[in-house]
Amino acid sequence: MSVKVITVGEKVLVANEVKARENKDRLDRQNIFTINIMSSPGAGKTSLILSTLKHFKNKIGMAVIEGDVASSVDADKVNALGIPVIQINTAGGCHLDANMVAPALDGLPLDKTDLLFIENVGNLICPNNYVLGEDARVMIASLPEGDDKPYKYPAMFADTDVVVLNKTDLRPYLEFNVDAFKKAVTGLNPDVTIFPVSCRTGEGLEDWYAWLGAAVKEKRK
Amino acid sequence: MPHPSHSSIIKVVNMHEYSITESMLSLALEKANDAGAQKITRINLVLGELSGVVGECVQQYFEILGRDTIAVGAALSFEMKPTLLRCRKCEKEFSPADHRWACPDCGEISLEIVSGRECYMESIEVE
Repeated sequence: MSVKVITVGEKVLVANEVKARENKDRLDRQNIFTINIMSSPGAGKTSLILSTLKHFKNKIGMAVIEGDVASSVDADKVNALGIPVIQINTAGGCHLDANMVAPALDGLPLDKTDLLFIENVGNLICPNNYVLGEDARVMIASLPEGDDKPYKYPAMFADTDVVVLNKTDLRPYLEFNVDAFKKAVTGLNPDVTIFPVSCRTGEGLEDWYAWLGAAVKEKRK
Repeated sequence: MPHPSHSSIIKVVNMHEYSITESMLSLALEKANDAGAQKITRINLVLGELSGVVGECVQQYFEILGRDTIAVGAALSFEMKPTLLRCRKCEKEFSPADHRWACPDCGEISLEIVSGRECYMESIEVE
């Protein structure tokens, strides 16, 4: 039998992009501003989410999708605030994909939600390759990780809309050059917005809240 | 308004290359099926150095996932693309020697990733 070559020329993850578009359409119909939060483990994704939930509680409708390799410890903290949350356990998997997010949306009160947080699995290698249906990507970096991380994980930093630089309260104890970090990030990604914050002391969070609040308002129009 | 989060845990299994291989296989099967092919003999993939995808892992998962499909025994071919950067200041294109990315001509660190992030299927060969 003769061999025939079929030209494909499509991304391997094309099916994920189609599913993500479905998720996005669904969230757009309800005017829900959705952020995909990515970072290494321990950078402060949950801390940032919890601070932000407390700040906007009773002002806007919020919901959370928690992605973790295992456990529901993060979801339990969100639940304790009375905010709707769905936990996705990836059982060893290193990222969320659009197919995992779709059933999670079914379990949330979308008609009462203005702002949806999707906390990705803690990992700087691949979550950026999987679009989920988000409006914005928020990456959290933290001072203990070192200011050279943009060079080690360039694709993550190149793809994000916002970088929250957390744990600025540790500045006196660490050799982290904030200016060099900002220069490296904007070098890869000239359009990025960077917020240096400390979720522990609250320093810098007002700017993050202002950005997020404006984005939610814009989406509700 | 407490929400019953405890009853809402969704569990999935999705190792990195496993999910890449699964997506790759289903794309190849879909294209082969559209063409009315009986068998897939080769899958030609292009992977960038920055894609985070390891060809050997894809190969191993493929041997398991491809069983009982018309892609069983197909050769996987990986064309690897090196990282290529463009200096935003002097427009020099270069491949970085290490992770300290800077333009070798002008030292600028404002750089655009031109290639190295690819993860796509170029073609399949079928019978």
